[in-house]
Amino acid sequence: MHKLPPWADVVLIPLMSIVAAFGISALVIVYIGENPWEALKIMVDGALGSAYGWGYTLYYATNFMFTGLAVSIAFRASLFNIGGEGQAMLGGLGVAVVALAVPWPHWSLALPAAMLGAVVFGAAWAAIPAWLQARRGSHIVITTMMFNFIGAAVLNYVLVNILRPKGSMDPATARFPKGAHLPTLYDLPLIGGYFDKNTPANITLFVALAACVAVWYLLFRSRLGYAIRAFGKSESAAVYAGISPFRITMYVMLLSGGLSGMMAINNVMGEAERLVLNAVEGAGFIGIAVALMGRNHPFGVFLAALLFGFLYQGGAELGLWTTIPIELRTVVQALVILFTGALDNMMRMAVAWAFGLARRRAV
Amino acid sequence: MDLSTLLQVLDSGVRLGVPLLLACLAGLYSERSGVFDIGLEGKMLMAAFFAGAVASITGSAWLGLIAGIGGSLSLAIIHGIASITFRGNQLISGVAINFLASGLTVLIGQRWFHLGGRTPPIKGAARFEAITLPGADALAGVPVFGPIYHDLISGHTILVYVAFACVPLTWWLLFRTRFGLRLRAVGENPESVDTAGVSVLRLRYTAVAMAGLLCGIAGAYLATSAPSAGFGKEMTAGKGFIALAALIFANWRPWRALGATMLFGLLEAVAIRFQNIDVGLFVVPVQFMQALPYILTVVILAGFIGKATPPRAGGEAYVKER
Repeated sequence: MHKLPPWADVVLIPLMSIVAAFGISALVIVYIGENPWEALKIMVDGALGSAYGWGYTLYYATNFMFTGLAVSIAFRASLFNIGGEGQAMLGGLGVAVVALAVPWPHWSLALPAAMLGAVVFGAAWAAIPAWLQARRGSHIVITTMMFNFIGAAVLNYVLVNILRPKGSMDPATARFPKGAHLPTLYDLPLIGGYFDKNTPANITLFVALAACVAVWYLLFRSRLGYAIRAFGKSESAAVYAGISPFRITMYVMLLSGGLSGMMAINNVMGEAERLVLNAVEGAGFIGIAVALMGRNHPFGVFLAALLFGFLYQGGAELGLWTTIPIELRTVVQALVILFTGALDNMMRMAVAWAFGLARRRAV
Repeated sequence: MDLSTLLQVLDSGVRLGVPLLLACLAGLYSERSGVFDIGLEGKMLMAAFFAGAVASITGSAWLGLIAGIGGSLSLAIIHGIASITFRGNQLISGVAINFLASGLTVLIGQRWFHLGGRTPPIKGAARFEAITLPGADALAGVPVFGPIYHDLISGHTILVYVAFACVPLTWWLLFRTRFGLRLRAVGENPESVDTAGVSVLRLRYTAVAMAGLLCGIAGAYLATSAPSAGFGKEMTAGKGFIALAALIFANWRPWRALGATMLFGLLEAVAIRFQNIDVGLFVVPVQFMQALPYILTVVILAGFIGKATPPRAGGEAYVKER
């Protein structure tokens, strides 16, 4: 098989995967008895056509940037962290504990503290599987998966028995204090005019963008990032170069868990302003699709998160205005994971074949 | 706790354990051949949907079962194509399959029935009804043995007995036949199998298809085995992952799979029946009981108690030497 030019690898193959995923989704829409073209128009209109729409799109995209970065950084070290969901759940707990512990006077104080809470809880939840992988040889995929379920049980217990306000039946915390309210994009000067008052997109978006840049710097401009990538490419070579597998595994998983946890400042602190049971809503798993599509590069993750934000908001609009159930989002997500992740080689072979054909013609 | 309460809990443990057992054996075939399968959940869900849907349309539980197996097999083939033919990441393929089933079942269900993802309720011949084993009613009066035979052993649907029969069958197939030897070998050392002139691809496809078949029965059980009365959205509710946990807990062995799945079924039954358990000194919260299968699996995986030894070539695609 010929080696593909870099642009084909980075741009063409993900693009083909999206086209394949959307193509099959279009067939599903036809089967449901709707017009895919109309559906796409509704999605674009609902997700991007109004201040209300892009407020939601950016809100979802913020979540996916965090979880996408989390999965990517682990993938770079050849670790598949499937536990983003649980880590984000626990991150939410960290945010809630911080937000409720102090009567915060102003969000600028509450935000860094909540970020710390989210990172510590999220990282702690990733640390156990990481340690078990590095020291005891447990398979990280299985343990992080198990930790999703254990995390859900822990959260359920804490919400029902500890953090639930007296007299409330709802397994959720009390509302966070007013001082912990994060400004939405509408509240901001200069750009506020472009946003709708009733959308949840908030200042966390900038934290997410900063996280993309920070992860890029870490991965491609720092010594640790080099060690992570070297470890991911070849463990034995990395060991030969004096890189400790234990330390890399721990660092990477702590970073990954911390990033997943950070998502909670968006959905828990920025949107709900209290912690509910199902706060994460699958965003941890969408991180897998986002990372795969973004080729584990922070800029790619940024773009893929926007795409999935669009898909999420657009899919919700479809559920509202057409007979297409909202679960279409899940199908598209599955197809993206399938084509960019599992069937990657198929796409690659197809492209290589096409290139080979073109080359032969040229000769 | 009296005998009848105990029997009720055990009985419900069996009912809850059977889908785990079938899915666990499904995973066992696949993973023993060297193909990781975290898509058990999705295959089971797909099967439950098609079984429930076709049973309600045709009024036949058996046609439902066939349709369920078909639905599960179609996902198994996708898994095979992705992870065997195209040598993709088996774990990612499994994740995709789970989401695919989760979305498609609702989409197709809504298209067919307009019930928000459910299938219409079924009864009579459209579902598998409980079978009373010979002599169960006559012996019910015998102390101890009578109630055990009548309440626990008798009175299940045919699929329950099929599931239990699959355990010795799997053991025999894997450890007493040539096919089984090859299947295990391909999961440990595919090069040797290839050198012996046996097709690695065909063996793995067979194993993945077996997994599809068994997940199909598991799904049909969930939707069409009385007292179930049809398919409900997301009805597998993580059972595929508990089955996966049980597979690790069982160290990829059929008889231990029986033990692990019945244990996990029983844990679930206890959690449902007793909620928070007061053991005198402290109260065991229901959430702990629900999380126990996962906790136990993590402990086993970490090698603190026993040692989990997965098939050596698991997760790796086979590249033929040239």
